[in-house]
Amino acid sequence: MKRIGIFVCHCGTNIAGAVDVERVVQEIRKFPDVVYAVDYKYMCSDPGQALIRDHIREDRLDAVVVAACSPTMHEATFRRAGEAAGINAYQTEIANIREQSSWVHEKQREAATQKAIETIQTIVAKVRYNQSLTPFYLPLVKRALVLGGGIAGMQTALDVANAGYPVVLVERTDHLGGHMAELSGLYLNFDSAPGLLQRKIDAVMDHPNIQVLTNAAVVDVGGYVGNFIVKVEQQGEEMVSYSFDIGAIVAATGYDLYGKEHLGEYGGGRYPDVIDGLQFEEMLRPDGPTGGKVRRPSDGQVPQEVVWVQCAGSRDPELHMAYCSKVCCMYVAKQSMAYKQHVPGGHATVFYIDIRSQGKGYEEFVQQAMEEHEVLYVRGKVSKVFQENGHLTVWGVDTLAGLPIEVEADLVVLATATVPRHDAWEVGQLLRVSTDEHGFLSEAHPKLRPVESLTAGVFLAGAAQFPKDIPETVAQASGAAAKVLSLFSLRQMVQEPTIAYVDAELCSGCGLCIPACPYDARAMHEWRHIATVNTALCQGCAACATVCPNKACQVRNLTNQQVLSMVEAYL
Amino acid sequence: MKPDLTFVEQVSELSHQNVRRCYYCLRCSAGCPAAPFMEYTPAQILRLVQLGQKEVLLHSSAIWLCIGCETCGTRCPNEIHAGAVIDALRQLALAEKVPVGERTVWKLHEAFLDSIRHWGRLHELTMLMQYKLTSRDLFSDLDMGLAMFLRGKIHPLPQRIAGLEQIQRLFAMTGKDVEVE
Repeated sequence: MKRIGIFVCHCGTNIAGAVDVERVVQEIRKFPDVVYAVDYKYMCSDPGQALIRDHIREDRLDAVVVAACSPTMHEATFRRAGEAAGINAYQTEIANIREQSSWVHEKQREAATQKAIETIQTIVAKVRYNQSLTPFYLPLVKRALVLGGGIAGMQTALDVANAGYPVVLVERTDHLGGHMAELSGLYLNFDSAPGLLQRKIDAVMDHPNIQVLTNAAVVDVGGYVGNFIVKVEQQGEEMVSYSFDIGAIVAATGYDLYGKEHLGEYGGGRYPDVIDGLQFEEMLRPDGPTGGKVRRPSDGQVPQEVVWVQCAGSRDPELHMAYCSKVCCMYVAKQSMAYKQHVPGGHATVFYIDIRSQGKGYEEFVQQAMEEHEVLYVRGKVSKVFQENGHLTVWGVDTLAGLPIEVEADLVVLATATVPRHDAWEVGQLLRVSTDEHGFLSEAHPKLRPVESLTAGVFLAGAAQFPKDIPETVAQASGAAAKVLSLFSLRQMVQEPTIAYVDAELCSGCGLCIPACPYDARAMHEWRHIATVNTALCQGCAACATVCPNKACQVRNLTNQQVLSMVEAYL
Repeated sequence: MKPDLTFVEQVSELSHQNVRRCYYCLRCSAGCPAAPFMEYTPAQILRLVQLGQKEVLLHSSAIWLCIGCETCGTRCPNEIHAGAVIDALRQLALAEKVPVGERTVWKLHEAFLDSIRHWGRLHELTMLMQYKLTSRDLFSDLDMGLAMFLRGKIHPLPQRIAGLEQIQRLFAMTGKDVEVE
């Protein structure tokens, strides 16, 4: 017979306000196997935990039920308290009478109290059959794989490598640097992008811990966190295949620009003198096609009147992308100032809807374009750009004056939307990372877990997750590296034992559990032809146990017997 | 409308205001007591300056309705005194002999300054007479005028001050005499 102790928490007035905790204690003392029951103001506090430890010893308890808040809050706390007093961690269970009773039935004291009693009753039924368990320890390969050799990938690789771990950096093209390598001077100081990049590239190429594979692609990812098996193919004179054992993967695959041919009303793809942001950057590069000079693509003349159109394809839920591409307001201010420096007598006009300059020094930078460089900022979305008499006529409206405005431009630069890479979905499939409604790789939680994906061991960095500029990309890359390092700092990986197992005697090899598992944790044993559980991936959701026709599959401490006892106790 | 980008330079210099700093938050228009009566509110006036719409501005009545309370400049986050810009536009309108948008405003202004130039200090009675005759409006404000007279606010005879030549030197220093229809 198990000796069960029950500790009912007031949680201040969070529980005691709606639930009559004293009556709960009186009633639960009557349950079989309950040898001790008490209520206390704050069970999670030091004295509260001491109460548990003391009574485990005094009353020789085998198991403990703490009736309190959700297990996500303090299950670990109370399990540790139990262990400290000598009972197995998995003999401590939580009965949630706060979120599930007090907080949702605030005005119904009688009903809330009754529900609390019933909740505790079911948990007692479960705990009666709990086994003492020990966690699983899994080995961990401390080598990282970074997909993408742009600024995000390089930063992550450097941070992990500098911590002493080997990194494999896989880059699709033949060079490192990504889209940053296509830029000219960067805001705010017009630092040369190639100059800044070269430092990172040199550091990466020289680093003894980083293996760089260019002209390479990841073709398969098997395994699980700490133990991925990644196949890479590199195209040289011949195709070379690699297979790596990897502990953590970081996706830093970057972005693409929305094709300007989608913006027909702006002449994108139709007129050579209508270009996009990256094409203008190329012109400013000393090693670019115009040798660093601003020229009209059509006739090579110096443009005297240049128009930038912001939000070309962004913030347009009806026709193009609904979201804001984040970086354009800043790079347009930069490009317009660069243009005025190259062509001091020229006119620059920027058509915008809003100005988003959210960074250190960003607002002042944009104001500088307006005040010092005399760039004319016009609030109003451009309706049409068309060719007329050798120049491009731009039709817009100045909403501030309430007047239509027409500019005869020599060159029009469209700040087109930043979109996911065309193969983002395939990358997601490979890594088991979902993509969001726009096609960007999905983070685990938008506020609190921005660099992790929902797949353990796969992290995200840079514009692959959402448009962002270089400072944010570098910050996120270092964040992803920190996650990798925190994984690698473990001697082994710990997995909770409250996961599924298969009774080999009972399993008939029907295979129903395999598609039932949302975590890809089930497989068929090669030659024994019974089902197996991947202990690293299993999350203990019990979907497999539910479908198993033989009851061969069970979840530890949530066996069919336990579940049925809980139902009976409740009824 | 095609923007003319040179006008903003001229007006900025004349008014000593950095018109390009304006980001059209419209706080000036929001606080301006005359705004409800203006066809272009202060922020719109600044925008039209920025866009070089000189003719529209100099011919408007809006630039003559500013009362100089400086609420705009006090509250502007970019420290632009829209009133000073409007003043500069008035100067340009007069210099280019544009028919004044609010004639009575100009006539009162002239009558007021004429009185000060003549006597060194304002003499309401003769100022008002000049204003009424030049604005060709004899009969409005008669009741207020009578009330003021009965309370002793209208002195019948002007008084010339002692340092009159100093006042007149100020007039000479600050600009040419401008004749306007």
